[in-house]
Amino acid sequence: MKDIKHSYSFTSTAAYFFIAPALIAILIFFFIPVIAAFIISFTDFDIYALGNFNTVRFVGINNYLRLFEDPLFWLSLKNTSYYVLLATPLSIAVSLGAALLLNSKLLKYKSIFRLSYFMPYVTTLVAVAIVWRFIYHPKFGILNYFLGLIGTNPIDWLGDPNWAMPAIVIMSVWKSFGYSMIIFIAGLQNIPEDLYEAASLEGANEWQKFKSITLPLLAPTTLFISIITIVGYFQLFAEPYIMTQGGPLNSTLSIVQYMYQEGFRWWNMGYSASIAFVLFFIILIITVIQFKVQKITSK
Amino acid sequence: MKKIFLYSFLIVTSVVTLIPFIWMLSASFMPDGAASVFPPKFFPDEIVLQQYRTLFIRLNIAKNFFNSIFLSVIVTTISLFFNSMAGYAFAKYRFKGKDKLFNLLLINMIVPSQITMLPLFLMLKSVGLINTYMSIIVTGMANIFGIFLIRQHCLSIPDSLIEAARMDGATDFQIYRKIILPLAVPILVTLGIFTFLGTWNDFLWPLIALTDESMYTLPVALSNLMLEHTRDPELMMAGSVLTIIPVIIVFLALQRYYIKGIMMGSVKE
Repeated sequence: MKDIKHSYSFTSTAAYFFIAPALIAILIFFFIPVIAAFIISFTDFDIYALGNFNTVRFVGINNYLRLFEDPLFWLSLKNTSYYVLLATPLSIAVSLGAALLLNSKLLKYKSIFRLSYFMPYVTTLVAVAIVWRFIYHPKFGILNYFLGLIGTNPIDWLGDPNWAMPAIVIMSVWKSFGYSMIIFIAGLQNIPEDLYEAASLEGANEWQKFKSITLPLLAPTTLFISIITIVGYFQLFAEPYIMTQGGPLNSTLSIVQYMYQEGFRWWNMGYSASIAFVLFFIILIITVIQFKVQKITSK
Repeated sequence: MKKIFLYSFLIVTSVVTLIPFIWMLSASFMPDGAASVFPPKFFPDEIVLQQYRTLFIRLNIAKNFFNSIFLSVIVTTISLFFNSMAGYAFAKYRFKGKDKLFNLLLINMIVPSQITMLPLFLMLKSVGLINTYMSIIVTGMANIFGIFLIRQHCLSIPDSLIEAARMDGATDFQIYRKIILPLAVPILVTLGIFTFLGTWNDFLWPLIALTDESMYTLPVALSNLMLEHTRDPELMMAGSVLTIIPVIIVFLALQRYYIKGIMMGSVKE
C-alpha cells in the first residue's frame, strides 16, 4: 500500500503495540464497566447480591419505573437543575467580565490578576469546600462579618433550606470561573483588531462595539463554555457532600450524591446504576443540543 | 482616571478571590478556638503550630500525604507513557480501523465517569483490589483526553524526521523514544500537570475504593476528619493547607503549560 502522501511505510503491527496498553486499560476499566452498569441497571443487584451473585435477578425496566415514583429522586433532580440554572449564567457572566477586563489594553501586570482569579480552579475541591463551610458559619464566618459591616443581618447560609443551594452556587462559581475566563480570553484574542478600529472610525462607543462585534464573534466560545459548564455542574457532588451532606431537609441533595448513597451506603446497586444512566442521558441531550446549535450557527 | 478605577477594581476583586486562602492559612496557625470568635480575626495573635502537630502526631496525616503524592506520581508516570504511545500511533501510523477506533474513543469522552464506578467497585472487589493502591492506579492508567491531546501535538511533527530515522535503521520503539518523546516534551508537561492535579484532587472514586484510614488520600482523609471536627476550624484549615499547598506549588511552577493545555482542550472540534 503506497501512495504519495504516505510514501513512508509505517508498519501497522508496531502501531498495535503502541495503542494496546492504553486501549486495553480503557477497555477493562472504562468500556466494560459502562456496559456492565447498563446491565446492572436492569437488575435488583443489592447487598445480598454482593455476597452471592446468584441472587441477582433481571427486573426489566423496574428500576427506571421506580425512579419516576421516587420523590427523593425528583428532589435531587430538581435541586441539581436549580443549581445548574443558577450557577451557569452567573459563572459565565463573571468569567466573561473578568476576561474583558484582563483583555483591556489600558492595563499592565495583567498576568498577576489572571493568576489570582484562576487560583481557585486548580485547588482541591474538598479542601476549599471545607474552607467555605467555615466562611459560611452563621456566627463566626467571615462572610457574615463583611455583610454585617454593610448592615446585613446574619444569614444562616448552610442551615437555611432557602440559602443552602445559593451558598453552594456562590462557592462553585468562585471555584470554577477562572477556567472559563481563560477560554474567553483566548476567544477575545482571536477577534481581529481592525474590526474595532473600523467601528471606532465610524464613531461607535464601547458598548456598541461590545454588542455588535465582541458578543457575536464570541458566540461559539460562549456556547462551548456553556456546555462544558452545564455538563460539569450536573455532576455536583463534593460541595454538598462536604458542606451540607445534602441537607438541610434534603435541599442540596444532588443526583450524584443520591446515586452514591443508594449505591455505596445502602448497596442498592441496580437502582443506583439506573440513577447514573439518567444522569448520562441528561448530559447526552445537552451535548447533542450543542452539536445541533453549532451546526446551525456555523452555516 | 479610568485607569485608576480599573486597577482598584482588579485589586479589590483579586483580594476578594484570594481571601478564602488567606483566611485558611492564617486560621491554620491559630490555637484551638481562636478562629471561632466574633469579630473574626484575620491574623493569628501569635503563630502556633499546634494544629499541624495534631495532624502529624495524633492523626497520622503524613501517611495520607504520602498516599496522595505516591498515587499522583505513579498515575502520572504510567498514563503519560501509555497515552503518549497511543497518541503517537493515532497521529502517525496507518492501521486498520484507526479512524473508527479514534472516533469511538472521542464519542466516549461525554460519558460521565460516575457511571463506571459501581461495576468497577464490584470488579475490583472480586479480585481483592479494593482498598489497595492498585484500585486508584488501574483506573488512571490511560485516558481518552490524554490520547487526544498527544495526538494533536504529534500531528505537527514532520513525517520526514521519522522517515530519516527509519532510513538509519531505528526501530519503531527507538523512534518513539528518541525522536517523538523529546519533541513532545511541552505537551507531556501539560498533560502531566493535568493528570497529577486530577489525581491529587480526585474525590468520589478514592472515597469509594479506599476504605481504611491509612489508605485514604488527602481529600478523603480531610472529608473523614471533618465528620469529627466540625467545631475545629483551626485544625481543618491546617489540613486544607496541607492539601492545597502542593497543588499551588505545582501550578505556579508550570502555569504556562497548564493554561496552554486548557486552551488546547477548548478547540477540540
